[in-house]
Amino acid sequence: MIELDCLGRRCPLPIIELAKAVRTVEVGDVVRVLADDPAAANDIAAWCRMKGQELVSAADTAFEVRRIS
Amino acid sequence: MEDTGVPAGAAAYLDAATAAPLHPVARQALLAALDDGWPDPDRLYASGRRARRLLEAAQAATAESLGVRPDELSFWPSGTAAVHAAILGGLAGRERAGHTLVHSAIEHSAVLHAAARHATARVGGTPRSSSGPDDDAGVPLERSSGTPPHNRPSVPVGVDLRGRLDLDAWRAAVAAPGVALASLISASHEVGTVQPVAAAAEACAEAGVPLYVDAAQSVGRVPVPPQWSLLTASAHKWGGPPGVGLLVVRKGTRWRSPYPGDDLYRPRAAGAPDLPAIVAAAASLRAVLDAAAAEAVRLSALVDRIRDTVSRTVPDVEVVGDPVDRLPHLVTFSCLYVDGEALLHALDRHGFAVSSGSSCTASTLRPSHVLEAMGVLSHGNVRVSLHAGTTEADVDRFLAVLPGVVADLRTEVGL
Repeated sequence: MIELDCLGRRCPLPIIELAKAVRTVEVGDVVRVLADDPAAANDIAAWCRMKGQELVSAADTAFEVRRIS
Repeated sequence: MEDTGVPAGAAAYLDAATAAPLHPVARQALLAALDDGWPDPDRLYASGRRARRLLEAAQAATAESLGVRPDELSFWPSGTAAVHAAILGGLAGRERAGHTLVHSAIEHSAVLHAAARHATARVGGTPRSSSGPDDDAGVPLERSSGTPPHNRPSVPVGVDLRGRLDLDAWRAAVAAPGVALASLISASHEVGTVQPVAAAAEACAEAGVPLYVDAAQSVGRVPVPPQWSLLTASAHKWGGPPGVGLLVVRKGTRWRSPYPGDDLYRPRAAGAPDLPAIVAAAASLRAVLDAAAAEAVRLSALVDRIRDTVSRTVPDVEVVGDPVDRLPHLVTFSCLYVDGEALLHALDRHGFAVSSGSSCTASTLRPSHVLEAMGVLSHGNVRVSLHAGTTEADVDRFLAVLPGVVADLRTEVGL
């Protein structure tokens, strides 16, 4: 599983990194993002909804996203 | 930045929801009122009496525009000051009934700041919880605490993805014991979604709870359903001068001043009023209302054009808010992978003034609580709001420039 350490990085950088990483993994694979920007939880969930990907888990500063398409 | 080939053209101010350009009638009235508006209207000599007559005429005209009685209306030094007076005075007046403020999760930050002050005051001057970053945004402190609902200073009620109030949750919240006041924005100042004020008011009436409506974005543009107990508005949102807020407290509504002063039960701002600005506000409101229905149709068509075009010409964009049940002059969208502040500055270089709910543009570095409550993307956010001076050509020029601006910013981050 790819893990992106975006701690200390401001939005939208964690979302940009997430989008780039998801392109590189197979459908069904999970990308884990560590992000502590106050907007990260909201924007990662919104990104998944807009791009049709699955937010598997969101806990504090760790987010797991599965590539669906 | 790349030259997009589009000439910069005349600057277009597209942030009327922050402050609309001064209406010609406001300017005229302001200048005319400077001559007689400087004395203190509380004084009994001739010049004071002239000032008193000016104030009373402005009050009568504004009350008539709003469909209320003159003695229900008071002028405040800003829309924000009027909001604070409505919330804090409305809560203080109901102290014997309860202490809880029920509010939508998408209220203006002025409401949330007043709610936070109320929460702090309720526990003897110390903040009640340490819910961390929420404190910075002035978001009421009680959201996740274990306090029973009827003891909480404030209870937020959520909205759906389009920014419309959850009416079932609202009904339950206002019917709970100990609710002193309920606060609902007439239409979202950030995304334009019109709120179900009439249904929310009905729920409040059944529960015996007064409803406060923040109508800053609606007054002068669209009618507000009448069943509220308190209402505020702000003159510079309709083209009046800055520095005039309106507070209406309907007869029979308990209100007690949270400020020092002589008369604790009659809403009145401290100090001498800015009479010329008040006269200008009254005159411009009347003029704006005369044209409001036609303007709403004209601007709403331009907003439709922005909504349609942005969705088609900008990839990975989300136009937010209700597409139909919305304010006529305001539209908001969020662009993936774009920094809101960078977008705002890039548009400014092309001559467009817009605002943004992205965290990087806020003093708190937190994303807009409105966008968060809706669950829509908060970065790359742009709010465009139109006014009487906005032309079709302004909008078309904006729509021509935007896709290139967004594409350039995305190229910079490798997307």
